[in-house]
Amino acid sequence: MEIYLDNGATTRPFEVVIEEMCKVFREDYGNPSSLHKKGFEAEKYIINSKEIFSKILKVNQKEIYFTSGGTESNNLAILGVANAYKRSGKHIITTAIEHSSVKNTINYLGDNDYEITVLPVDSNGLIDLEQLRDSIREDTILVSIMHVNNEISTIMPIEEIGKVIKEKNKNTIFHVDAIQSFGKLNIYPKKWNIDLVSISGHKFHAPKGVGVIYINDNIKINPIIYGGYQQNGIRSGTENVPGIAAIGLAAKMMYDNLDSNVEHLYELKRHLAGRIMNEITDTVINGIDVDKGAPHILSIRFNKVRGEVLLHSLEEKDIFVSTGSACSSNKPSKLGPLQGIGLNNEEALSTVRFSFCINNTIEELDKCVDELKNIVPLLRKFVRH
Amino acid sequence: MSNLKKAFLVKYGEIAIKGKNRYIFENILADHIRRALKPCGDFKVSKEQGRIFIEPFSDYDYDEVVDRLSRIFGLVGICPVVVLEDMDFETVKEATLMYMKDEYEDFNFTFKVESRRADKRYPLNSMEIACEVGAYLLDHIPELKVDVKKPDVKVWVEIRSRAYIYSKIIKGLGGMPVGSNGKAMLMLSGGIDSPVAGYLVAKRGVKLDAVYYHSHPYTSERAKQKVIDLAKIVSRYSGRINLNVVPFTDIQLYIYEQCPHEQLTIIMRRIMMIIAERLAEKYGAIALVTGESIGQVASQTIQSLNATNSVCNMPVFRPLIGFDKQEIVEISEKIDTYGTSILPYEDCCTIFVAKHPVTKPSLKSIIRSERRLEKIDEMIEEAINNVELVKIKPDEEE
Repeated sequence: MEIYLDNGATTRPFEVVIEEMCKVFREDYGNPSSLHKKGFEAEKYIINSKEIFSKILKVNQKEIYFTSGGTESNNLAILGVANAYKRSGKHIITTAIEHSSVKNTINYLGDNDYEITVLPVDSNGLIDLEQLRDSIREDTILVSIMHVNNEISTIMPIEEIGKVIKEKNKNTIFHVDAIQSFGKLNIYPKKWNIDLVSISGHKFHAPKGVGVIYINDNIKINPIIYGGYQQNGIRSGTENVPGIAAIGLAAKMMYDNLDSNVEHLYELKRHLAGRIMNEITDTVINGIDVDKGAPHILSIRFNKVRGEVLLHSLEEKDIFVSTGSACSSNKPSKLGPLQGIGLNNEEALSTVRFSFCINNTIEELDKCVDELKNIVPLLRKFVRH
Repeated sequence: MSNLKKAFLVKYGEIAIKGKNRYIFENILADHIRRALKPCGDFKVSKEQGRIFIEPFSDYDYDEVVDRLSRIFGLVGICPVVVLEDMDFETVKEATLMYMKDEYEDFNFTFKVESRRADKRYPLNSMEIACEVGAYLLDHIPELKVDVKKPDVKVWVEIRSRAYIYSKIIKGLGGMPVGSNGKAMLMLSGGIDSPVAGYLVAKRGVKLDAVYYHSHPYTSERAKQKVIDLAKIVSRYSGRINLNVVPFTDIQLYIYEQCPHEQLTIIMRRIMMIIAERLAEKYGAIALVTGESIGQVASQTIQSLNATNSVCNMPVFRPLIGFDKQEIVEISEKIDTYGTSILPYEDCCTIFVAKHPVTKPSLKSIIRSERRLEKIDEMIEEAINNVELVKIKPDEEE
C-alpha cells in the first residue's frame, strides 16, 4: 500500500475532479471565446469556477483570473504591480522565507533598478510587525508575504499585516502567496486589506497546470502575457477550460467541509508529531508549535540522519515524504526557510517534511512511524565523518 | 543545383597500415557505418581501395548522415563527393566545373587541383589530370587564383573504378573501429571522468560493457538514471553497452562497520575492482577501465592506485592517468557527457567518505583490515547474483 505524505509538493486529484475534467475534454471542448453554442458551453465552466472562488474569498467575480498555476500567479502579481506602478516608486518588501517563485521574481526586480527589503523571520518563521511598519515608505509599491510557509508551516498573521501596511501607506499594494494555505485556511482579501492572492490547483486535489489570482479591482496591473485579450487582457491565452472546471470543483469540495477537514488534518499532524517525538530519540520539530502552524505540514529534524537518505529508505517501503520543499530539493546549497529560521546546514539537511491531505489516515501514519523506528537507528549507525 | 550524383567517400587512418589483417578492420568499419546509417535511408556501403564509399539510394538528411559518421571511431575524414560513372576526361572536367559552381558561391579564393589515378590504364597521369582540370576551371571561372603551395581550397579529382570529385573533408574522430580490439569493463560512476575514460578506450577499438555500484537508499534512483543516461551517451560512440547495476549498500555498510574509517574508500574500491573483474569474465571482457588520474583525490594517489590495483589480475586501463581536470572536462564537453555528469546526485563513492582518508595506504595494513571482512566473499557473490542488467543501445538502434 502506498502512503503518500508529500501533499505539500502536490496532491492526488480527487476522482470526481478527474471525471469532471474528462467530461469537459470529451464533450465541452469548445473555445470559450467562440460565439457558437459550443463556445458558450465551455464558457459556463469558467463562470461557474469564478463564482465558486468569489464566494470562498468573498470578492467579486470579475476579480478572479485563471492562470497556469502558482508560479504564474506570483509572477503576474509581482511583475504586474512593479510595471504598473514604477512611476510611483520602486521599493518592494518581502520576507526571507518566500517560495522561489516569489523570491526569484523579486530578485529579478532587484537586479533591475528596484529596491528590495527582505524582512527576517524569527525561529517560528514569523516576521516582526513593527519592523514591517518601519520598512514601509512613501515609495513602497508592493509588499509580498506568503500566508503559509510550505516547509515549516508557519501561518503569517495576514490580517494584522494588511492592517499595518494600509495604516502606514494606503497606496502600498499587498500580495499574499496563498498557495499552501488555500483549501486549508480561510482568507478574506477585502476584510484583510489584501490586493492580490495567488492560488495553485494541484495543492488541493485539482490538476497541475491551473491556478487562480485574485486581483483587487481598484489596483492596476500590467499583464505579463500578451495575446487575444482573454480575461480582460490581464491574462491572454485560450482558457484551460478542463483545468478551470477542475480547480473550481476541487476548491468547492475543500471549502464545503473546511472545518472537519482541518480538524482531521490537525489530528493527523498531532498524532504523527506525538509519536515521532515520543518514540524516536533526538528528533526536533522545526519552526512553530504543532497547533499554531498550518494543519497539513510537519517539519521534523532527525539528528544524525541525512533527510535525503531517510526519504529514500522510506520510499523503499512505499512511503513518500520530502526533504525541504520539492521545488528546491535538487539545489541543497540554496538558502531556504530552514536556514531562514536559523537552522545550520547540518540541521537543514537532516530535516524531513511530512505533509498530509484529507485522505490520509491515522493507520498510514502509524505504519510510517513503525518504519521510521526501524530505519532511523539503522541510518544513525552509519554517518559521515 | 546540377544533377551530379552525390555520395560520401570515407577515409580511414591507422587501419590502412594493418597489412594482411586490414580487411578485418575494414569490414568492421563498414558494418558500423551500415548500422549507423540504417535509420537515415537506403545506402550502399562498399570498400574501394583504401577508402569506403557510401552511395545513397534514397533521400537523406545530409547533416544527420555527417553527424552519425563523425561519431564512428576509425574514420579520419568524411568527404562529400560527386561520382561519375562516365570517366571520359571531358566529362570529368565539366563535372568538376559544375561541382565548383554548386559548392561555392563566390570564388574569391586560391585553389589547387590534386589528383590521384588508381586506375593506371587511364590515358592521363595524375599530374596531367591536375593541370588540365586546373586550367579548365581557370578558363571558366576567371575570379579563381591558383596557389600550389598554400591554397585556400584543394579540389580533389580521383580516378578509380569511377571518378570522384570533392573539396571538403570533414574531420572524423580517428581511432580504431569499435570491436576490432576486444572488450573491456568500464567502471562507470556518475562523475565527469569515467565516461571520458570509456570514450577514450572505445576510441582504440575496444568494445565496452560497464558496471555501476548503486547504494540505495544512500544514493537515489535519479543517481542511477544519471549513470544510465551517461552510458547511453557513451554508447553513441562505443555501440551497445551491458550496464551492470550492482547493489552495493550492504557491502559498503559492512566495510564501514568492520574497518578503520580512513581506509574505507580504498577497501571499497578494492572490492569494486574484484566485482568488476568477475563481471568482466562473465561478459568476455579482458580488461578494466577506470577514470582515475594521478593525485585527483585520496584514492588516486599512486600508493592508493597500487593498493587498489593489486586485487585484480586483468590489465586496468586508466586513459586519464596523466590528464588534469580541465582537460577531462574539455573532452566531456566535446562528447556531450558533461551536462549530465554535473547533475547533483550523490554516488556511492561520496557517501561514507572519511574526513581524513589515508592517502598513502600501506598494502599490508589494508590487507590486515580486510581480514575482518569474514563474510565478504558471500556478500560479493550475492551482489553479483543480484546485479540488475540494463541493456544500453545508442539512439539510432532504437
